[in-house]
Amino acid sequence: MKVLIMGCGRLGARLAGLLDDGGHQVTILDMDSYAFRRLPSTFHGTALVGNGLDEDVLRRAGVEGMDVFVALTEGDNRNIMSTEIAKHIFNVPRVICRIYDPLRQQVFESLGLETFSPTTIFAGILSEQIEKTG
Amino acid sequence: MYIIVVGGGRVGYYLTKALLDEKHEVVLVEKDSSICDAINDELGSVCIRGDGSEVAVLSDIGTNRADMLIAVTGDDEDNLVSCQLAKHRFKVPRTVSRVVNPKNAALFKRLGIDITVVSTNVILENIEAEVPTHPLTHLLSIGDRGLEIVDIRIMPDSSVSGKAIKQVSLPSGAVLSLIIRKGVRPFVPTADTVLQAEDRVIAATPAEAETALRVSLGDAEA
Repeated sequence: MKVLIMGCGRLGARLAGLLDDGGHQVTILDMDSYAFRRLPSTFHGTALVGNGLDEDVLRRAGVEGMDVFVALTEGDNRNIMSTEIAKHIFNVPRVICRIYDPLRQQVFESLGLETFSPTTIFAGILSEQIEKTG
Repeated sequence: MYIIVVGGGRVGYYLTKALLDEKHEVVLVEKDSSICDAINDELGSVCIRGDGSEVAVLSDIGTNRADMLIAVTGDDEDNLVSCQLAKHRFKVPRTVSRVVNPKNAALFKRLGIDITVVSTNVILENIEAEVPTHPLTHLLSIGDRGLEIVDIRIMPDSSVSGKAIKQVSLPSGAVLSLIIRKGVRPFVPTADTVLQAEDRVIAATPAEAETALRVSLGDAEA
Protein backbone atom coordinates (compact mmCIF):
# COMPACT_ATOMS: atom_id res chain seq x y z
CA MET A 1 0.00 0.00 0.00
CA LYS A 2 1.02 3.60 -0.53
CA VAL A 3 0.60 5.60 2.65
CA LEU A 4 1.05 9.34 3.22
CA ILE A 5 1.53 10.38 6.85
CA MET A 6 1.28 14.02 7.86
CA GLY A 7 3.19 14.87 11.04
CA CYS A 8 6.44 13.19 12.07
CA GLY A 9 5.96 13.28 15.83
CA ARG A 10 6.38 10.24 18.03
CA LEU A 11 3.27 8.54 16.70
CA GLY A 12 3.84 9.50 13.06
CA ALA A 13 7.46 8.35 13.09
CA ARG A 14 6.60 5.10 14.81
CA LEU A 15 3.73 4.34 12.44
CA ALA A 16 6.00 5.15 9.48
CA GLY A 17 8.59 2.69 10.81
CA LEU A 18 6.04 -0.08 11.34
CA LEU A 19 4.45 0.30 7.89
CA ASP A 20 7.87 0.52 6.28
CA ASP A 21 8.90 -2.73 8.00
CA GLY A 22 5.67 -4.25 6.74
CA GLY A 23 6.76 -3.57 3.17
CA HIS A 24 4.50 -0.60 2.47
CA GLN A 25 5.52 2.47 0.52
CA VAL A 26 5.54 5.30 3.07
CA THR A 27 5.86 9.05 2.56
CA ILE A 28 5.98 11.22 5.67
CA LEU A 29 5.51 14.98 5.77
CA ASP A 30 6.48 17.48 8.44
CA MET A 31 7.00 21.25 8.54
CA ASP A 32 10.28 20.81 10.42
CA SER A 33 13.07 18.63 9.03
CA TYR A 34 14.37 18.20 12.60
CA ALA A 35 11.31 15.99 13.26
CA PHE A 36 12.69 13.34 10.91
CA ARG A 37 15.32 12.43 13.50
CA ARG A 38 12.59 10.32 15.08
CA LEU A 39 12.42 8.00 12.05
CA PRO A 40 14.24 4.68 12.54
CA SER A 41 17.61 4.48 10.81
CA THR A 42 16.28 1.59 8.74
CA PHE A 43 13.47 3.71 7.21
CA HIS A 44 13.32 3.30 3.41
CA GLY A 45 10.45 5.65 2.71
CA THR A 46 10.38 9.31 1.69
CA ALA A 47 10.54 12.16 4.19
CA LEU A 48 9.41 15.57 2.90
CA VAL A 49 9.42 19.02 4.48
CA GLY A 50 6.21 20.95 3.88
CA ASN A 51 2.85 22.12 5.12
CA GLY A 52 0.20 19.43 4.62
CA LEU A 53 -2.56 22.06 4.48
CA ASP A 54 -1.19 23.29 1.18
CA GLU A 55 -2.63 21.49 -1.83
CA ASP A 56 0.54 22.01 -3.84
CA VAL A 57 2.66 20.43 -1.12
CA LEU A 58 0.32 17.45 -0.90
CA ARG A 59 0.41 17.06 -4.67
CA ARG A 60 4.20 17.10 -4.61
CA ALA A 61 4.10 14.43 -1.90
CA GLY A 62 2.14 12.28 -4.34
CA VAL A 63 -1.21 12.43 -2.55
CA GLU A 64 -3.06 11.62 -5.77
CA GLY A 65 -1.73 8.08 -5.96
CA MET A 66 -2.06 7.24 -2.26
CA ASP A 67 -4.18 4.44 -0.83
CA VAL A 68 -4.22 5.87 2.67
CA PHE A 69 -3.74 9.35 4.16
CA VAL A 70 -3.14 9.69 7.91
CA ALA A 71 -3.09 13.07 9.70
CA LEU A 72 -1.13 12.99 12.96
CA THR A 73 -0.02 16.56 13.69
CA GLU A 74 -0.53 18.08 17.13
CA GLY A 75 -3.40 20.26 15.91
CA ASP A 76 -6.89 18.78 15.72
CA ASN A 77 -8.03 21.38 13.22
CA ARG A 78 -4.97 20.96 11.05
CA ASN A 79 -5.61 17.22 10.97
CA ILE A 80 -9.28 17.70 10.13
CA MET A 81 -8.63 20.17 7.33
CA SER A 82 -5.81 18.19 5.69
CA THR A 83 -7.91 15.02 5.87
CA GLU A 84 -10.79 16.84 4.22
CA ILE A 85 -8.47 18.08 1.47
CA ALA A 86 -7.15 14.54 0.90
CA LYS A 87 -10.67 13.12 0.82
CA HIS A 88 -12.62 15.77 -1.08
CA ILE A 89 -10.03 17.36 -3.35
CA PHE A 90 -7.73 14.41 -4.05
CA ASN A 91 -10.18 11.51 -3.57
CA VAL A 92 -7.79 9.43 -1.46
CA PRO A 93 -9.75 6.19 -0.83
CA ARG A 94 -9.01 5.99 2.88
CA VAL A 95 -8.30 8.90 5.22
CA ILE A 96 -7.61 8.66 8.94
CA CYS A 97 -7.49 11.60 11.30
CA ARG A 98 -6.35 12.04 14.89
CA ILE A 99 -8.60 14.36 16.92
CA TYR A 100 -7.73 14.79 20.60
CA ASP A 101 -11.01 16.53 21.46
CA PRO A 102 -13.59 13.73 21.86
CA LEU A 103 -16.61 15.93 21.07
CA ARG A 104 -15.01 17.28 17.92
CA GLN A 105 -14.08 13.74 16.96
CA GLN A 106 -17.71 12.59 17.18
CA VAL A 107 -18.88 15.40 14.93
CA PHE A 108 -16.31 14.76 12.22
CA GLU A 109 -16.76 10.99 12.42
CA SER A 110 -20.45 11.59 11.69
CA LEU A 111 -19.42 13.80 8.75
CA GLY A 112 -17.74 10.81 7.12
CA LEU A 113 -14.10 10.99 8.21
CA GLU A 114 -12.38 7.99 9.79
CA THR A 115 -11.21 9.45 13.09
CA PHE A 116 -9.79 8.38 16.42
CA SER A 117 -9.39 10.21 19.70
CA PRO A 118 -6.34 9.27 21.79
CA THR A 119 -8.07 10.94 24.74
CA THR A 120 -11.03 8.56 24.64
CA ILE A 121 -8.90 5.51 23.88
CA PHE A 122 -6.31 6.08 26.63
CA ALA A 123 -8.86 7.10 29.24
CA GLY A 124 -10.63 3.81 28.55
CA ILE A 125 -7.44 1.76 28.76
CA LEU A 126 -6.27 3.50 31.93
CA SER A 127 -9.55 3.20 33.79
CA GLU A 128 -9.70 -0.48 32.86
CA GLN A 129 -6.16 -1.01 34.09
CA ILE A 130 -6.80 0.81 37.35
CA GLU A 131 -9.96 -1.14 38.04
CA LYS A 132 -8.24 -4.45 37.25
CA THR A 133 -5.21 -3.96 39.53
CA GLY A 134 -6.99 -1.90 42.18
CA MET B 1 -29.75 38.82 14.90
CA TYR B 2 -27.61 36.75 17.23
CA ILE B 3 -24.14 36.61 15.67
CA ILE B 4 -21.07 34.74 16.92
CA VAL B 5 -17.67 36.01 15.86
CA VAL B 6 -14.68 33.66 16.28
CA GLY B 7 -11.26 35.30 16.54
CA GLY B 8 -10.47 38.58 18.30
CA GLY B 9 -7.72 39.84 16.02
CA ARG B 10 -8.07 43.13 14.16
CA VAL B 11 -10.71 41.77 11.81
CA GLY B 12 -12.73 40.25 14.65
CA TYR B 13 -12.48 43.35 16.78
CA TYR B 14 -13.66 45.83 14.15
CA LEU B 15 -16.30 43.45 12.89
CA THR B 16 -17.71 43.00 16.41
CA LYS B 17 -17.72 46.73 16.92
CA ALA B 18 -19.57 47.31 13.65
CA LEU B 19 -22.12 44.59 14.39
CA LEU B 20 -22.77 46.01 17.86
CA ASP B 21 -23.29 49.45 16.33
CA GLU B 22 -25.93 47.89 14.11
CA LYS B 23 -27.66 46.66 17.29
CA HIS B 24 -26.99 42.98 16.76
CA GLU B 25 -26.50 40.64 19.68
CA VAL B 26 -22.85 39.64 19.37
CA VAL B 27 -20.54 37.25 21.21
CA LEU B 28 -16.86 37.23 20.31
CA VAL B 29 -14.82 34.10 21.07
CA GLU B 30 -11.09 34.55 21.58
CA LYS B 31 -8.46 32.12 22.91
CA ASP B 32 -6.07 34.65 24.39
CA SER B 33 -7.17 35.95 27.80
CA SER B 34 -5.29 39.25 27.61
CA ILE B 35 -6.82 40.09 24.23
CA CYS B 36 -10.18 39.13 25.66
CA ASP B 37 -9.76 41.43 28.66
CA ALA B 38 -8.67 44.34 26.49
CA ILE B 39 -11.71 43.95 24.23
CA ASN B 40 -14.10 43.65 27.18
CA ASP B 41 -12.64 46.81 28.74
CA GLU B 42 -13.39 48.67 25.58
CA LEU B 43 -16.61 47.19 24.22
CA GLY B 44 -18.30 45.93 27.40
CA SER B 45 -18.60 42.24 28.15
CA VAL B 46 -18.86 40.89 24.66
CA CYS B 47 -15.83 38.59 24.52
CA ILE B 48 -15.74 35.03 25.87
CA ARG B 49 -12.38 33.42 26.39
CA GLY B 50 -12.26 30.06 24.71
CA ASP B 51 -11.49 27.96 21.66
CA GLY B 52 -14.12 28.60 19.00
CA SER B 53 -13.56 25.18 17.51
CA GLU B 54 -14.47 23.41 20.72
CA VAL B 55 -17.98 21.99 20.93
CA ALA B 56 -18.24 22.71 24.67
CA VAL B 57 -17.41 26.41 24.21
CA LEU B 58 -19.83 26.83 21.32
CA SER B 59 -22.48 25.03 23.31
CA ASP B 60 -21.99 27.33 26.34
CA ILE B 61 -22.59 30.47 24.30
CA GLY B 62 -25.82 29.13 22.81
CA THR B 63 -24.60 28.52 19.29
CA ASN B 64 -27.74 26.50 18.60
CA ARG B 65 -29.79 29.71 18.61
CA ALA B 66 -27.30 31.77 16.60
CA ASP B 67 -28.41 33.16 13.26
CA MET B 68 -24.88 33.41 11.99
CA LEU B 69 -21.32 32.40 12.87
CA ILE B 70 -18.44 34.35 11.39
CA ALA B 71 -14.94 32.85 11.76
CA VAL B 72 -12.16 35.38 11.22
CA THR B 73 -9.04 33.98 12.89
CA GLY B 74 -5.82 34.10 10.87
CA ASP B 75 -5.78 30.31 10.47
CA ASP B 76 -7.86 28.69 7.76
CA GLU B 77 -8.06 25.35 9.57
CA ASP B 78 -9.52 26.93 12.70
CA ASN B 79 -12.05 28.92 10.69
CA LEU B 80 -13.08 25.85 8.73
CA VAL B 81 -13.63 23.69 11.81
CA SER B 82 -15.59 26.42 13.67
CA CYS B 83 -17.89 26.82 10.68
CA GLN B 84 -18.35 23.09 10.16
CA LEU B 85 -19.21 22.58 13.83
CA ALA B 86 -21.63 25.50 13.73
CA LYS B 87 -23.27 24.18 10.59
CA HIS B 88 -23.51 20.48 11.38
CA ARG B 89 -23.56 20.25 15.16
CA PHE B 90 -25.51 23.41 15.96
CA LYS B 91 -27.49 23.90 12.73
CA VAL B 92 -26.51 27.56 12.38
CA PRO B 93 -28.27 28.78 9.21
CA ARG B 94 -25.42 30.93 7.94
CA THR B 95 -21.68 30.45 8.33
CA VAL B 96 -19.11 32.91 7.07
CA SER B 97 -15.39 32.23 6.97
CA ARG B 98 -12.34 34.33 6.36
CA VAL B 99 -9.96 32.42 4.07
CA VAL B 100 -6.29 33.36 4.08
CA ASN B 101 -5.01 31.00 1.39
CA PRO B 102 -7.11 31.64 -1.78
CA LYS B 103 -6.64 28.00 -2.81
CA ASN B 104 -8.75 26.91 0.15
CA ALA B 105 -11.89 28.75 -0.94
CA ALA B 106 -13.03 25.87 -3.16
CA LEU B 107 -12.69 23.36 -0.33
CA PHE B 108 -14.65 25.57 2.06
CA LYS B 109 -17.50 25.92 -0.45
CA ARG B 110 -17.49 22.20 -1.07
CA LEU B 111 -17.79 21.55 2.66
CA GLY B 112 -20.86 23.73 2.92
CA ILE B 113 -19.52 27.00 4.32
CA ASP B 114 -22.06 29.54 3.08
CA ILE B 115 -19.84 32.54 2.48
CA THR B 116 -16.07 32.65 2.13
CA VAL B 117 -14.19 35.91 2.18
CA VAL B 118 -10.75 35.59 0.71
CA SER B 119 -8.94 38.59 2.15
CA THR B 120 -6.14 38.41 -0.39
CA ASN B 121 -8.64 38.52 -3.27
CA VAL B 122 -10.58 41.39 -1.72
CA ILE B 123 -7.40 43.46 -1.49
CA LEU B 124 -6.46 42.52 -5.06
CA GLU B 125 -9.89 43.51 -6.37
CA ASN B 126 -9.72 46.84 -4.61
CA ILE B 127 -6.35 47.52 -6.14
CA GLU B 128 -7.60 46.46 -9.56
CA ALA B 129 -10.58 48.79 -9.25
CA GLU B 130 -8.18 51.69 -8.73
CA VAL B 131 -6.06 50.83 -11.75
CA PRO B 132 -7.61 52.96 -14.52
CA THR B 133 -6.81 50.53 -17.34
CA HIS B 134 -8.61 47.68 -15.69
CA PRO B 135 -12.04 47.47 -17.30
CA LEU B 136 -13.88 45.05 -15.02
CA THR B 137 -14.41 45.12 -11.28
CA HIS B 138 -16.31 42.57 -9.24
CA LEU B 139 -18.91 44.16 -7.04
CA LEU B 140 -20.80 41.18 -5.68
CA SER B 141 -21.14 37.42 -6.04
CA ILE B 142 -24.58 35.95 -5.55
CA GLY B 143 -23.31 32.49 -4.78
CA ASP B 144 -26.51 30.48 -4.70
CA ARG B 145 -27.61 31.84 -8.09
CA GLY B 146 -24.17 31.61 -9.72
CA LEU B 147 -24.42 35.31 -10.59
CA GLU B 148 -21.78 38.02 -10.56
CA ILE B 149 -22.51 41.73 -10.39
CA VAL B 150 -19.72 43.58 -12.16
CA ASP B 151 -18.73 47.11 -13.02
CA ILE B 152 -17.37 47.43 -16.55
CA ARG B 153 -15.73 50.55 -17.94
CA ILE B 154 -16.11 51.23 -21.62
CA MET B 155 -12.58 52.09 -22.66
CA PRO B 156 -11.94 54.83 -25.28
CA ASP B 157 -10.63 52.25 -27.77
CA SER B 158 -13.52 49.84 -27.21
CA SER B 159 -15.27 48.51 -30.30
CA VAL B 160 -18.70 49.04 -28.69
CA SER B 161 -18.28 52.71 -27.95
CA GLY B 162 -20.82 54.52 -30.17
CA LYS B 163 -22.93 51.39 -30.65
CA ALA B 164 -26.47 50.82 -29.43
CA ILE B 165 -26.86 47.99 -26.96
CA LYS B 166 -29.04 46.02 -29.40
CA GLN B 167 -26.08 45.94 -31.80
CA VAL B 168 -23.81 44.39 -29.20
CA SER B 169 -23.91 40.61 -28.89
CA LEU B 170 -24.04 39.82 -25.19
CA PRO B 171 -23.48 36.36 -23.74
CA SER B 172 -26.73 34.67 -22.77
CA GLY B 173 -27.88 35.47 -19.27
CA ALA B 174 -25.93 38.72 -19.05
CA VAL B 175 -27.99 41.83 -18.30
CA LEU B 176 -26.77 45.42 -18.48
CA SER B 177 -28.65 47.00 -15.58
CA LEU B 178 -27.35 50.51 -15.11
CA ILE B 179 -25.25 53.05 -16.98
CA ILE B 180 -23.23 55.58 -15.00
CA ARG B 181 -22.20 58.43 -17.26
CA LYS B 182 -20.44 61.69 -16.47
CA GLY B 183 -22.76 64.67 -16.25
CA VAL B 184 -26.07 62.79 -16.20
CA ARG B 185 -27.98 60.85 -13.60
CA PRO B 186 -27.35 57.09 -13.67
CA PHE B 187 -30.00 55.47 -15.85
CA VAL B 188 -31.37 52.08 -16.78
CA PRO B 189 -30.38 51.39 -20.39
CA THR B 190 -32.77 50.27 -23.14
CA ALA B 191 -31.92 48.38 -26.32
CA ASP B 192 -31.51 51.74 -28.07
CA THR B 193 -29.08 53.23 -25.54
CA VAL B 194 -25.83 54.12 -27.26
CA LEU B 195 -22.74 53.24 -25.25
CA GLN B 196 -20.07 55.89 -24.91
CA ALA B 197 -16.42 55.79 -23.96
CA GLU B 198 -15.95 56.28 -20.21
CA ASP B 199 -19.41 54.87 -19.44
CA ARG B 200 -19.51 52.57 -16.48
CA VAL B 201 -21.90 49.69 -16.94
CA ILE B 202 -23.23 47.76 -13.97
CA ALA B 203 -24.12 44.31 -15.23
CA ALA B 204 -25.36 41.00 -13.86
CA THR B 205 -23.83 37.97 -15.50
CA PRO B 206 -23.63 34.23 -14.89
CA ALA B 207 -20.18 33.57 -13.42
CA GLU B 208 -19.11 31.43 -16.38
CA ALA B 209 -20.04 34.12 -18.92
CA GLU B 210 -17.95 36.83 -17.31
CA THR B 211 -15.04 36.61 -19.72
CA ALA B 212 -17.43 36.54 -22.69
CA LEU B 213 -19.11 39.69 -21.36
CA ARG B 214 -15.78 41.47 -21.09
CA VAL B 215 -15.01 40.53 -24.69
CA SER B 216 -18.39 41.66 -26.02
CA LEU B 217 -17.97 45.02 -24.30
CA GLY B 218 -14.72 45.51 -26.09
CA ASP B 219 -11.96 44.46 -23.75
CA ALA B 220 -9.33 43.15 -26.11
CA GLU B 221 -7.20 41.69 -23.34
CA ALA B 222 -9.88 39.36 -22.00
